[in-house]
Order: sequence, then C-alpha cells, then structure tokens
Amino acid sequence: MSTEFEFTVDGETVVAKPGQTIMDACDDAGVYIPRLCDVEGLVPQGSCRVCTVKVNGRTAAACTQPAEPGVVVENDTPQVQGYRRDLVRMLFHEGNHLCPICEASGRCELQAMAYRLGISQDSLYPYLQPVRPVDASHPDIALDTNRCILCGRCIRASRDVDGKNIFEYVGRGIHKRIGVNAENLAASDASIDDYAMSLEVCPVGCIIRKREGFFAPIGQRQFDNKPIGWEIEARHKNRIAVHQIDPSEEQS
Amino acid sequence: MDNDNATLIKQACADYDNDPRRMMDILWQVQDKLRCIDGEAMSLIASLTGTYRVEVEGVVSFYAFFSDKRKGDITIRLCDDIIDRHAGAQAVAEAFSGALGIQPGETSTDGAFSLEFTPCIGMCDQAPAALINDVVVTRLTPAKVKSILRTLRKTKDPQTLIGKTGDGANSDPLVQAMVRNNIRQPGPVLLTDVDPEQGLRAALQLSPQEVISHIEESLLRGRGGAGFPTGRKWRLAANTPAEERYVICNADEGEPGTFKDRVLLTEKPDLLFSGMTIAAYAVGARHGILYLRGEYRYLRAYLEETLQRRREQNLLGSGILGRKDFAFDIRIQMGAGAYICGEESSLISSCEGKRGEPKNRPPFPVQSGYLGYPTVVNNVETLSCVPRIMAQGATWFRGMGTTGSSGTKLLSVSGDCARPGIYEVAFGVTLAEILEQAGAQDAAAIVVGGASGQIVGRTEFHRRLCFEDLASAGAIVCFNSSRNILEAAAYYMDFFIEESCGYCTPCRVGNVFLKKGLEKIMHGEGEPEDLDYLRNLSDTIIATSRCGLGHTSPNPILSTMEYFPLVYSAMVKERPGGMQAGFNIQKALDEARIIAKRRSLIYDPAYGDRE
Repeated sequence: MSTEFEFTVDGETVVAKPGQTIMDACDDAGVYIPRLCDVEGLVPQGSCRVCTVKVNGRTAAACTQPAEPGVVVENDTPQVQGYRRDLVRMLFHEGNHLCPICEASGRCELQAMAYRLGISQDSLYPYLQPVRPVDASHPDIALDTNRCILCGRCIRASRDVDGKNIFEYVGRGIHKRIGVNAENLAASDASIDDYAMSLEVCPVGCIIRKREGFFAPIGQRQFDNKPIGWEIEARHKNRIAVHQIDPSEEQS
Repeated sequence: MDNDNATLIKQACADYDNDPRRMMDILWQVQDKLRCIDGEAMSLIASLTGTYRVEVEGVVSFYAFFSDKRKGDITIRLCDDIIDRHAGAQAVAEAFSGALGIQPGETSTDGAFSLEFTPCIGMCDQAPAALINDVVVTRLTPAKVKSILRTLRKTKDPQTLIGKTGDGANSDPLVQAMVRNNIRQPGPVLLTDVDPEQGLRAALQLSPQEVISHIEESLLRGRGGAGFPTGRKWRLAANTPAEERYVICNADEGEPGTFKDRVLLTEKPDLLFSGMTIAAYAVGARHGILYLRGEYRYLRAYLEETLQRRREQNLLGSGILGRKDFAFDIRIQMGAGAYICGEESSLISSCEGKRGEPKNRPPFPVQSGYLGYPTVVNNVETLSCVPRIMAQGATWFRGMGTTGSSGTKLLSVSGDCARPGIYEVAFGVTLAEILEQAGAQDAAAIVVGGASGQIVGRTEFHRRLCFEDLASAGAIVCFNSSRNILEAAAYYMDFFIEESCGYCTPCRVGNVFLKKGLEKIMHGEGEPEDLDYLRNLSDTIIATSRCGLGHTSPNPILSTMEYFPLVYSAMVKERPGGMQAGFNIQKALDEARIIAKRRSLIYDPAYGDRE
C-alpha cells in the first residue's frame, strides 16, 4: 500500500489515498464538489460535467480525474461556478422540467443544484420543449423521459448492482435517450425492488414509483431544509453548522 | 420473424464467432441482407452474442448507416456538405425527390428506394456527390438523375452506373469507381513513385527502440490535426508493460472538406500498411486494425486484397521478411457513419463493437486502449510518412517544412477554385500561395481544417499552414465573395449537432443553443449582447466538454466573429426603448394558440369577424 499524498483545493490542503479521484478525496475531506451524474456506489462516468474543476489551470471532471500529489484544484471560484450554472441551465432547458407539478420537487437533485448554485431566474437559453414518450406500462413503475437528464445512473445501477441491464443509452446527440431492454418497461424484467428503481438512483422525476407520489409533505422533503451536498460538507473538520433560513420564517 | 431472416442473422453472428466485440461487422452484415436491424433482429443478435437487446439497440441507433426501420434495396445518400450545396446539391436532391416521389429521409412504398442526406463523404473535389449503397457517384446534375434512376430500376445494381472509371487505382478491378484522384501537386514524401517496402526493410535491420528514436528524431507529428509527436506516442505505448499491444490506423476521415486519406488509400495502400507494420515492430504489437469509414466502403475489397497479397509476400503474418520474432497482421474494421469515431478513443470503442463514444482519459489509449491493451492510433497520412522516414532518414524529413512542423502535408483543396484536389506541400506554405496554385484568386473566406478548424478572411491569407500557425488536418475550403459566411457557419454548427455523440451536456445541448443564437442573428433579430452570449456559451462548451468535438465545435462561430466582425455588426442592431428584436408577438401568439388550442380576440381579427 503506497502512502497518502496531498493536494490543494481552493488553497485548502486535502489528503488523498492512491487511486482516488479528486471527487473521492474531496468527499472524504468534506469539500463538496457539485455533481449530478455521479453518485456514491456507482462507477463515475463524467457525463454531466457539473463537477468540472480546474486542475493546474485546466478544466477536468472531478469525478473521473485521478487525484495527483501537489495539484492545484479550483472548485468554488466564480469562473468554475459559472460553468456549472451554465451546465445546469442547459439541462433545465433541454428537457421539460416543470417543478411545481413534478412529484420529485423538493428531493430533485437538479432542482436542488440550481438552488445551490444560485439559479433563481430564467436564463437566455431557449427552451427545447421536447415531446418524449412516457412509458407507464409497468404496474409499479412509470418512466417520464421528459424529465430525464441522461445522467445514466439507472443504467449503471441496473447493470452493476442489479445485474439486469434494463437500461442503456440509445440514439446520439440531442436525440440521445434512455432505452429499455424490451418493447417497453412491462415487457422487461424490471422490478420495483431493483436498486435502479430506488429513490437514490434517479436524481430527477423520470423514474416514478407508482402510488408513492408526494410521500413527503412540503417542509419535510429531502432538500427543504438542507442544501444538496450538506452531508458531505458535514464531514469537514472545521465545519460550522449553518441553518438555512426558511423565507417564510424570515418574513414573520 | 421468418426463418430465412433468422438464419441470416445466425449466420452473421456465427461468421464472427458470436463475439460481441465484432458487433459492427455483425450489424453491417444484417443491415446489408435485411436492409434493417429491427427489434426482433436486435433480440436475436443479443441472445447469440450474450449481450442485451438494448445494448444492440444502443449501437444500431448510434451509427447513421444502421437503421431499425427498413431501408430501400437501393439507398441513395446525397452528400449534404456546404461544398456540395454550392455545387448544386439542392437541385439534385429535388430531382431525386421528384422522380422517386419521396422526400429525403423517406423510403418508397415498394421498398425499392430510400433517399437520405449524409454529411461530407470525402468527395468535395468532385461535388455534388452521393453514395448509392456503397457506390460513389460524383459530379451529379439534375439531368443525370433521370438516367441514374432508369439504370437502377432496370438493373437494381448501383455498380452498373459506373461507365468510365477514374484514374489510377480507381480503375482497379476491385475498385471500379468513377472517383478521380485529382492529385494536383505530387510531393517528395507521399505522392511519389518509390518502393514502399524500402522503409520496412530498413526498420527491421534496427531494434524497435532504434526505430522509435528514428521517428522521434524526424519530429513527425500526427497529421490528423492535433499534431501529437508520433515517436513519443509510440514510446509511451512500448513502455507500458502488457501482454499485447495494438496499432490502429485511423481512416475515419470525416472532417468536412478532407479527402486526402481517400487518395492515399487508393494510390498508396502499401505505403500505409508498411507504416503500420513498422509501428507494430516498434511498439511490439501483433495485431493491427484499419478503421475504414463507412463512406469509403467501395475501397474495402481492394484493401483486403492488398493485405492478402502482403501476407503472400511475407510482409504480414509470422516471420515478416525473415524476422522470426516478428509477427503482425491487420484486419479492416468498417465504420458506419459517425464523425466522432475519428476521435481516437471513440474509434477504439467502435472497434470494440460499442457505441462510438469517447472514453475517459486518463488512462490514455497508449496505456489502456483497445480491449484494455496499450494502443497506438495514428492517422493514415502519419503512418504513410513512416516508411519514407525509415528509408530516407530523419534528417531528410526534417529538411522539409518548418522547425516545429517537419515534412510535407497533404492538403485537400475544394470549393470555389479552378483546380480542386490534393496538394502535397512542405509545411509552412502560406494560404495565399495555395490559393494561387489552386486558382482561387477571388477567394473571400477560407475554411482551414474543416468544421473544427478556422474560417478566416483575406486579412489572414499571409498565414502559414503548420502547427505553429494554422494547424489543421489539411482541409482548405474556398468561398468566393458571393457566399454567405454566416450560412457556412450555420451549416458547420448543424454538422456538429448531428455528429455530437451526446455523452456530455455541453456538447449535446450547448451546440444546439449556439446554432439557435446564430440563427437569431441571421434572421436580423440579433442585438449586440447576443455576440457576448455566443462567446460566453462557446467558452463554457470548450471548457467543459469531454472530448475534442466539443473543444472545437464553437470554432465556426468564434472564428467568423473574429475574422468577419463587420458581417456580424451589420446583422445586429441596438433596439430603442427596451424593445427586444428577438420577440415576435405574432409568433409568440401562434405558439400560444397551438398550446391553448384557441385564438386571441385581441390579436386575431379574423376570429372576431367570424364571431
């Protein structure tokens, strides 16, 4: 076992173990790097690019970039955060993300990431307003691909955890989408008990567990009181607990 | 599925040992025989190769030449490149459409014909051109369309369209193409009459390490555009401990306006294969792959035969030229219509039978490439230089070109010029000199390097073609002053949107936004801030994209903004009183009407009248 080494993130020293990516080492140190396609327990693929950081002045995806001794990483800088805002906006404008009517609202990682990055108003990007199919054939699961952000987490969860390969990317470019390993989901061997269908896997409201909608009341949803990434920041050695202010409390 | 089709599919899989890594070959065979790869075929292929149906669907849907819907027995793919458009491709398309009664993208009801558009097929020097199944037809006119269809209806064999064959090996019995080489200026390195095996014989007298040193000393750099030092690439692969290593030749020449590899593959295949063999000897590879773009399938039989002859001549196989310890062979991998596969890691994915998506780096292909083995991927032109360097010496090679760019470069010149074709020139030649030679004196804009290159104006014609100044894969596309530069930029953006693999967000989505932003300006709805918008969006796409496609896709817009600022400033206007030029009330209302399925009383007088 070779020895640990150090590099810096925004001036702070982070310790890494050999074989770790920049994201792994930062997660351990309690330094949060925003990400959407990457999630603990699945192989990183570096497709959403939201975890873009600068490494010795060059941009790289932190989830796939190996940590190296002495590199200088920029994470929370205006330029890097600007790139991330652009990428999250692109995802919003690419699909149909109507938060007020979406069952995932409040626990949606795309929505939470927008809040975290300070995206509060419309951008100049055009809305592509695609018309994508909804697959409600399965008795327990529905797929509304209008909300899909192509993170591929369901693909990796089904393949690597469930050993089923229910999903795969099909098509290319702007027409790329998630395909199902049969005519439709009902004809596949998908099950509500699959890890791929669990709430942790789909970051948005694309994979819908039927008859479970809106299970958490407003105020108690995953990101209602804490921003996305808080559980990683909680690991930081100098962490100061920050109470997120509820705008309604502030008014009263 | 009927039994005959199932038998054909089983045969296709069996021909490749039911190996999922040969998925591209299996799919080609099925597509050829059944004219489509539908859901049932995907299921059967998946079960025979031990994969999943959706994985097969992922591959089928990735490549433009595969289809899940039945294509006509004869598929006409019209080249839709900007050069073809300038040469009258639209009129040709209309002639085909009219005569066949189908629009591009459709198949005739009797299943006889499909009509499609396809990006650059590497025939810009003889545009407008088309692929009819695998057969290339060039210099099309609306008048020729009639006779083409008459012949096709009678013989049902596109090969019968070929009357007079082209020069050189285009007339070879195994090629029989009407393609012309258009070699306008031969040079001392590649387009010259020499013994192609002299370099291989010289190399085999040396140790592999010495061969690598030789190539390093020659300062040979990758001819595909990026210019990575070839010797260093080889050394990295050779120094990676592994049981196997691979040498892959990138013949997926997809950059719009490039066709030099076509000419090398036609006229100098032995030089190329000799170069691959030297590379294999240097890095310790036993297997090589020539990744041939689907558009050049008409050269396949000829190249296969060349390989076979080399095996018989002991230039391939085991104990090459008496070296008992050296065995090497080459197989041809067909591409199937995907520009992204020219990116080396995508090309490797495609060779492995997968979607042609780039891989994460690190590890680099020289560390872990094809099937996880160290792999050297070099361009056709780069590998073709190798035997010449081994035969004539590194000093000879360095004596041509500039300090940072040794040797010669093949330029593919096309567009508004009197003499389109291939020019072998020493690096460092100026654009003006090339334009003079090609007879493009009235050129107003030049695309250097194709879609991913730079569109430059007259102020830049003094610049030199070399890695230190205007680096490129050698496409020189000429536009005269009658051409609309924004239309060209918009065409190239469409090309990138079509060819993005969609893996990463910025390239998949950002390019669509760039094109829409450009369209707004072209429609006269642009404001000065829109130029900043395009710059900022380009910056994000370049900084955050995963591979070279996204790193270069904003170039058509960025370079036209840089070199043709007056065109843009003439198109954008400051609007008084906070009015948005981009906002069209009637258009917005039309959209709202469609959504609401009703009309507005205020803005639609006709509605009031009817009441």
